[in-house]
Amino acid sequence: MQSKLSRRIYLIPYAIWIALFVVTPIILVVYYSFYDLDGNFSLENYRQFFTAVYLKMTLSSFWYAFLITAISLLVAYPTAYFLVRTKHSQLWLLLIIVPSWVNLLLKAYAFIGIFGKYGAANHFLEAIGIGTKQILFTDFSFIFVSVYIFIPFMILPIFNALSELNPSLLDAANDLGASRWTTFRRVIFPLTIDGVKTGCQIVFIPALSLFMLTRLIAGNRVITLGTAIEQHFLVTQDWGMGSTIAVFLIIIMFLIMALTGNRKRGV
Amino acid sequence: MKQLVRFFIIGMLVSGVLLYLISSLNQSQGYTGGNTLTIFNWGDYIDEELITQFEAETGIKIVYETFDSNEAMMTKIEQGGTSYDIAVPSEYMIDKMRQEDLLIPLDHDKLPNLKNIDERFLDLPFDPDNIYSVPYFWGTVGITYNAELLPDKTFTSWNDLWDPDLKNEIILIDGAREIIGMGLNSLGYSLNDTNKAHLQEAFDKLGTLTPNIKAIVGDENKLLMQNNEAAVAVLWSGDAADIMWENEAIDYVIPEEGSNLWFDNIVIPKTAKNIEAAHAFINFMLDAKVAAQNTEYVAYSTPNQAALQYMDPEMVADERFYPPPALTEKLEVYQNLGKRNLAYYNDLFLAFKMYGK
Repeated sequence: MQSKLSRRIYLIPYAIWIALFVVTPIILVVYYSFYDLDGNFSLENYRQFFTAVYLKMTLSSFWYAFLITAISLLVAYPTAYFLVRTKHSQLWLLLIIVPSWVNLLLKAYAFIGIFGKYGAANHFLEAIGIGTKQILFTDFSFIFVSVYIFIPFMILPIFNALSELNPSLLDAANDLGASRWTTFRRVIFPLTIDGVKTGCQIVFIPALSLFMLTRLIAGNRVITLGTAIEQHFLVTQDWGMGSTIAVFLIIIMFLIMALTGNRKRGV
Repeated sequence: MKQLVRFFIIGMLVSGVLLYLISSLNQSQGYTGGNTLTIFNWGDYIDEELITQFEAETGIKIVYETFDSNEAMMTKIEQGGTSYDIAVPSEYMIDKMRQEDLLIPLDHDKLPNLKNIDERFLDLPFDPDNIYSVPYFWGTVGITYNAELLPDKTFTSWNDLWDPDLKNEIILIDGAREIIGMGLNSLGYSLNDTNKAHLQEAFDKLGTLTPNIKAIVGDENKLLMQNNEAAVAVLWSGDAADIMWENEAIDYVIPEEGSNLWFDNIVIPKTAKNIEAAHAFINFMLDAKVAAQNTEYVAYSTPNQAALQYMDPEMVADERFYPPPALTEKLEVYQNLGKRNLAYYNDLFLAFKMYGK
């Protein structure tokens, strides 16, 4: 009896937290999304979302988020694989995590300097004979910086999954005559797929709503749903439309979680 | 548990001592209720010597705080809990703040120096009869270009931006009113136009500018121009003046078709505690000699007619910042177009940004 009561008491802070900072904001966002500019209840925002401008924006957000996630994964998996096998893996891991402690804005400004006309990147291109190129404010710079920022979040879950992998399974595969590629394809990758899924979720979802980098690094030549939300809340003060986009983002995120969700499996 | 309790008690004690220290420090500097004036201004937007001078003349202590966007300023005032006696919003914000009932009407009897302000800059649509505001500085939107990077180009018109040689060289301000307004101006329409056909025409024309656009950015544009990253920028004259100060190759032009005329204005927000001192400060800033000194420091254009005679004649004669009457007539102040039209402007601007290269 008493243990049940005390367990309930421990639940109170959590319940208050969830109610105040998770449930209430979502309800408010949904509520605002039904109000048009004049403060009347309407579905106009939802109708507007299905016009060419916003659909195109959604598609391009998806495309960039997909590219960012795919490239992060391509770089992160071999990195994590290497990290698990090195001697000082904790130290290496720390080196990868440390940049994520630096403020995002600071990193973005650093890249403006590096990618600028007279920056380090162009000095290098000049030195190897390619010549100065426009790097800043291109798709390339946007994706590069986004991948740079998200990559620790992709490496960590994959690293964890790989380090939990029982080495005797690899020995067994080897003993049974599997080639290294077959071992990877049939044993290692399927057993670390949960780490990959988590990494993809952690990268893809924020990448969908990136907004600051779109201005600083892409010079507003890349417009994501996040940029549009920022504009509607800060500039137009059309909270209804901003909320509507946010509602769609929430729905999309739920769908992604459901599709890539980690189902319990027997080992 | 015991340790935790001890930790909390020590924390509370330390905070208490610090609070006491701060309040006694404030007292020793004279920062107590009656004789302080809290000013909320843009960063680096006043000659600090004038603050000292005002303090010496009146015995009022000034607390000076800065903001970096109109929106941030309004939010702070709206939320309350602050005691700003003076704020300096841009003209479009005054309309908004007035509607939200965040401003205190000025007592013109306490502002005899208001007569120093050029009549052209009084009684404007955003604040008829200057009930709530007094203009502080004004400026335009125009073309900033680097004459060293573009030795054989001259700019006189908005349409010069559409020159095919300027591929990937132009940076624009990230503002819907400014850029859609530029499109309208380049076609000879008013930048307050709300005719959908005209707006569509401006949008289509802006779309053809896309190959020349390097980026659409905020405050970073100053840095990019200073460092020769871009050759041309559409900017506010104030920013242009800052950049020209840093990089001598840069010049500024107000396009002949006309452009925007903007104002930063002194107001007394609802949060004011010391309205008497606020009036004294506004009147002080309107004084001809004070305004002249302040203008020489800030380098924006002053609306203070009487101050011009005390300023460096070269500065006053600079037509880039004090345009001749023929051009001034073509400058327009942004009118509040209402939420609907503003939303339409923003939608067009968003679509313009998405216009592929």
